[in-house]
Amino acid sequence: MIHIPQPVFQGIAEHAAEKAPNEACGYLAGTGTSICDRYPMTNIDESETHFSFDPSEQFAALRWANASGYELIAIYHSHPATPARLSQEDISLANDPDIVYVVYSIPEKVIRGFRVSVHGETGEKLVEPVETHILPV
Amino acid sequence: MKLTINGKPETVEGSQISVIELLSLKNVKMPDMVSVQLNGTILDRKQFGNAMVKDNDDVAFLYFMGGGSIKL
Repeated sequence: MIHIPQPVFQGIAEHAAEKAPNEACGYLAGTGTSICDRYPMTNIDESETHFSFDPSEQFAALRWANASGYELIAIYHSHPATPARLSQEDISLANDPDIVYVVYSIPEKVIRGFRVSVHGETGEKLVEPVETHILPV
Repeated sequence: MKLTINGKPETVEGSQISVIELLSLKNVKMPDMVSVQLNGTILDRKQFGNAMVKDNDDVAFLYFMGGGSIKL
């Protein structure tokens, strides 16, 4: 479960709208299961259907989180024209078992979180929904 | 040796260790999918086997993050 304050959720929605029709992306940081802030990232793919983080910007995000007393709990990206669920490509490129993968759908105006792990024996990717609560102001 | 890993102090056995060994210790199963910064310098993945981490080094590693909205 993760908790996202309404202003952070609103920021994700605004970031998605600003970058549309391209995908927007970023980190969500906080403590435990509570998101406190977001760190918008550059989508170096500049694409309507793909996103990739810039590695050097990722380390800047880590420094920001450490300086703020936060952990990098989740990443988010937008789906400008599709539902708030992980695509096959999202799943195949999800390799961090410790992070929550959050998708915001512009048409649905909905956000959903997922955790992706690798089955030890088969190597198959396992996707589990993560309850995502928006905290009112 | 004492290291800073992803901004947090940690102790690792031995006087030095390769980056690839450190990633293994940190349970990174797909090192090709991480970026590593050693003392402020981002390493080429080809360096992971040769670059050595020593006492008081500052190491950060983060997974590649990417995806797409096709094939839902």
